[in-house]
Amino acid sequence: MAGATLFRRRVVWRVGTVVALRDETPRAKTITLDVPDWPGHLAGQHVDVRLTAPDGYSAVRSYSIASAANSEKRIELTVERLPDGEVSPYLTQELQVGDRLELRGPIGGWFVWRSEQTEAVQLVAGGSGIVPLMSMIRSRAEAHSTAPFRLLYSVREPEAVFYRDELQALSAQQQSVSIRYVYTRATPKGWPRPAGRIDAALIAETTWSADLLPTCYICGPTSFVETASGLLIAARISGYMIKTERFGPTGDRK
Amino acid sequence: MALISRGFSGRRNATDAKLPPGQYLTPDFPVLSAGPTPRIPLDRWELTIDDGTNVLARWDWKSFRDLPAETVTVDIHCVTRWSKLGTSWEGVSLDTLFADLKTDARYTMVRSYGDYSTNVPLQDLLNHQAWIAFRFDGKDLAPEHGGPARLLVPHLYLWKSAKWVRSITLMNQDRPGFWESLGYHIYGDPWREQRYSGDE
Repeated sequence: MAGATLFRRRVVWRVGTVVALRDETPRAKTITLDVPDWPGHLAGQHVDVRLTAPDGYSAVRSYSIASAANSEKRIELTVERLPDGEVSPYLTQELQVGDRLELRGPIGGWFVWRSEQTEAVQLVAGGSGIVPLMSMIRSRAEAHSTAPFRLLYSVREPEAVFYRDELQALSAQQQSVSIRYVYTRATPKGWPRPAGRIDAALIAETTWSADLLPTCYICGPTSFVETASGLLIAARISGYMIKTERFGPTGDRK
Repeated sequence: MALISRGFSGRRNATDAKLPPGQYLTPDFPVLSAGPTPRIPLDRWELTIDDGTNVLARWDWKSFRDLPAETVTVDIHCVTRWSKLGTSWEGVSLDTLFADLKTDARYTMVRSYGDYSTNVPLQDLLNHQAWIAFRFDGKDLAPEHGGPARLLVPHLYLWKSAKWVRSITLMNQDRPGFWESLGYHIYGDPWREQRYSGDE
């Protein structure tokens, strides 16, 4: 399995071909790429995507990989359009099936889940922070892992949920991922909890107890990650068991 | 030759010329950390320099703050590609911390509260190139940005500027720190675009 040597290898630019585009939400698109020489990745890793203009000007941003580890020569990225972004508007509005994209990766060896891990896992997503966590959920399913997974997924409103049908199908299976949504601006009709941010009561009710020594992965905007990690620590989870991935307002990440 | 992206023109501006390759300007100060933000009470804070066996120097918060500090204005560059120009910091120069120490060591491992570590050659910490910073933009350094005090070594990518700094260990041989063991460059010069291990 991928050891330290995976990360010491030189990270080269590769060319992927867009083979499918799918709307996740009105603002986010999933891009499926065929990358013939893709070396494989771990759940949670990301890639750098490079766009180049005819005069040679180029712009590079990082995006998390959404597809499962070991997904052969095909990877999926889910990109949310940032209103004043430079790269995300192109990827979500201009890019077409058949286009080629330069990418470099996989990158990042810390915020990863490996299928050998058997301990309880608590995933906490804020908005598009779901993307690397979805790779972990998919990798768990593909590896037929029975590691106990819980996902707490905070979104603005029901329309902003990524991977809705797939998450629902996965959570309906035996021994699968238990999923809790929290809506910060608008809830579905009849939703028991009013719209609002995550708090200590919700953490106590929906996340693994500290006694289980869960590994926690938190991904989202900085303020969300700060809040969520603070709540988990207040719930007696050790900071050493919490891995975070943050993106700022202009980070253009994910 | 790079692949041309059909229909991409991109945004450029005059300040790009001052940026290292592949960086873009941000007006914000994004936060990137591998784990939760540690909270270190000042009465339990300390900073040490050691040689791997013996502690060679030690400061508590009061003795650290009694050292002469300086205000510096520097550009900072994060490996995730944002740069921020003309940031203002107050801190103690590493030249001051090392003034009374004699060593033949060429490398250091800088460690943080919360167990982060990063390796920096000693000569990159000296000669007015690095500070232990405790104020940013005129205010006490916020915990998420590394407060109460962080290393500031702005000529390298910002992951080298360890937040929540706790100790500096002198080493005779270079060893990778946290990110350097996980695929990032051993040295991290933004002007040579040394982002990932294996970059020239």
